[in-house]
Amino acid sequence: MTLFFPSLRNKPAAAIAATFFVAAVLIAAPFIVGTMGNAGVRALAFAALYVMLALGLNIVVGFAGLLDLGYIAFYAVGAYMYALLASPHLTSNFPALAAMFPQGFHNSIWMVIPLGAAVAAFFGVVLGAPVLKLRGDYLAIVTLGFGEIIRIFLNNLNAPLNLTNGPQGITLIDPVKIAGVSLARTLDLGFVKLPSVYLYYYLFLILTVITIIVCIRLQDSRLGRAWMAIREDDIAAKAMGINVRNVKLLAFALGATFGGVSGTMFAAFQGFVSPESFSLMESIIVLAMVVLGGLGHIPGVILGAVLLSLFPELLRHTVVPVQEQLFGRIIIDAEVLRMMLYGLAMVVIMLYRPKGLWPAPEHGVNPSTRDGAKAGASG
Amino acid sequence: MDTFIQQVINGLVLGSLYALIALGYTMVYGILNLINFAHGDVLMVGALTALTSILLLKAQFPDLPGWLLMVAGIVVAIPTCVVISLIIERVAYRPLRGAPRLAPLITAIGVSIVLQTVAMLVWGRNYMTFPSLLPSEPIEFFGATVTVTKLVVIGMSALIMIGLMVLVNRSKLGRAMRATAENPRVAGLMGVDPNLVIMITFAIGASLAAVAGVMLAATYSVAHFYMGFMPGLKAFTAAVLGGIGNIPGAMVGGLLLGLIEALGAGYIGELTGGVLGSHYQDVFAFIVLCAVLILRPSGLLGERVADRA
Repeated sequence: MTLFFPSLRNKPAAAIAATFFVAAVLIAAPFIVGTMGNAGVRALAFAALYVMLALGLNIVVGFAGLLDLGYIAFYAVGAYMYALLASPHLTSNFPALAAMFPQGFHNSIWMVIPLGAAVAAFFGVVLGAPVLKLRGDYLAIVTLGFGEIIRIFLNNLNAPLNLTNGPQGITLIDPVKIAGVSLARTLDLGFVKLPSVYLYYYLFLILTVITIIVCIRLQDSRLGRAWMAIREDDIAAKAMGINVRNVKLLAFALGATFGGVSGTMFAAFQGFVSPESFSLMESIIVLAMVVLGGLGHIPGVILGAVLLSLFPELLRHTVVPVQEQLFGRIIIDAEVLRMMLYGLAMVVIMLYRPKGLWPAPEHGVNPSTRDGAKAGASG
Repeated sequence: MDTFIQQVINGLVLGSLYALIALGYTMVYGILNLINFAHGDVLMVGALTALTSILLLKAQFPDLPGWLLMVAGIVVAIPTCVVISLIIERVAYRPLRGAPRLAPLITAIGVSIVLQTVAMLVWGRNYMTFPSLLPSEPIEFFGATVTVTKLVVIGMSALIMIGLMVLVNRSKLGRAMRATAENPRVAGLMGVDPNLVIMITFAIGASLAAVAGVMLAATYSVAHFYMGFMPGLKAFTAAVLGGIGNIPGAMVGGLLLGLIEALGAGYIGELTGGVLGSHYQDVFAFIVLCAVLILRPSGLLGERVADRA
């Protein structure tokens, strides 16, 4: 439990209490928000999805210091992967496949999640391998180009073979089924009824917690320290015996993995994917979450992701009615205002709080103060 | 053969525009080592202000000849772009000189988004038609057709680039710019005011972007709030292709990239037997970018080895 609250590492009881408190709040959250309708719960589910995405990007940008502007491409890869393997799209377009799979494709989520993760990681390596030698800002542009290429291909691969159905996207994607329970239907537990969004929220919450644990463990691992060494100075890191190439590739691959998994979840949740969900703006939004929260600091990134993903909901509920009251019509669209504020936030944060709203206490985590003298004394 | 000449002409038009925009990137990069991500959006603002002023003028004086309106549009666009660019430099880039390299890049992305959303608020989300101001009758040229606008684009870009070369290589200001690019602190000791030089560099880049923006809108007859993004990205590719920081490199890179794209888009259908069509045009620029960065990161004309981390 002290894993989640490193500041309480000397008070295990307090850490356990804090963990249970946070868990209780997170489990109760949809019931509190849900009193105002399911849209709020949906926003919470998306917030969890964005936390996963932001934590994945944080590995690449925050830990390893490689600015990746095409991160959403991995999300797209995961989403399309699930869409193709769990929708009638392929079987209805390719009679040969339909003959082989008369029931159509309805793959289990347990197969699709690892597959999505693996395919996204593969794409991460494919992107990473040729661009590793590039300096930070070149890398940003190449990854941006990579993201755009993926989007252009998704948009145009409806001819001559209809793989992605082009700009219309893929519909009729199966919902997630766990142990025979479809998450698309209300689950009646006897004492409480859980609508579909609640179920997805809990699923995403579990995946997010797994992501957080993996990220914390990674951060404290040899690999995580190698990433931070590269981020600070890759020549010095090389001199210390770190294999810079492999370590950077691992950053790309692991970051992409989280992107891929959240992509599969996105596709299952929406039941529909189209190329426009994976534009450059989305990459920039995820980057803004990481930057705003605190580059390289896991709690900061979570904060940034939650703030920025719930913020549009808040805007929608305040800006539109306020404008209607003041001017009688909507002058600034909530969506436009959101993008503008994201842009301004990126500038202002970089100027005045370059380490984010909730920055890391020091450069990375110093392992010697963490489990040095104290841990040795206690056993 | 007709397709070939036609695509070469189209490529030259596109390439001259890329070259003009790429100069803005490359000059700023040469001095500050900063990718001015908002450059494409400065171009967009230039094109849209020009469009608005042209439409206003046209409504007031319907008898004015087209070329005069065009000139008026450019004359309005240049100061607008210069002012915006100087504000961006002062507010978003200057305080971050000496900060880690990612910081100014992130503010640049932020500025780019702010410019786009502001433009969306001012001019709306829709595509706007840019009036055809120059005679639009096609001119036959070795079996291909050219419009006056396209000829003007090529001619004007060539003139501007020659002028810029003279400015950079022959004038006192040009010498100050080259000295600052070499080493700002030593240039400062030699009596050059680096801040002033940087501001002038941004101003020149912005004026080139303004001209390119108006030309771009005139060539394709449309303008909208997102029009700066793709040309900006491709011009950056062109700058990298020629060797970033290198002024002749940006020109060569721009023209080359324009030709590659036009010929690629013209022939990809034939080459792949119709599997891939011309809508993959945008992919070429990125493939070129990746190839250059992997095979020859210093670019075609670049000499300085890019190793500053």
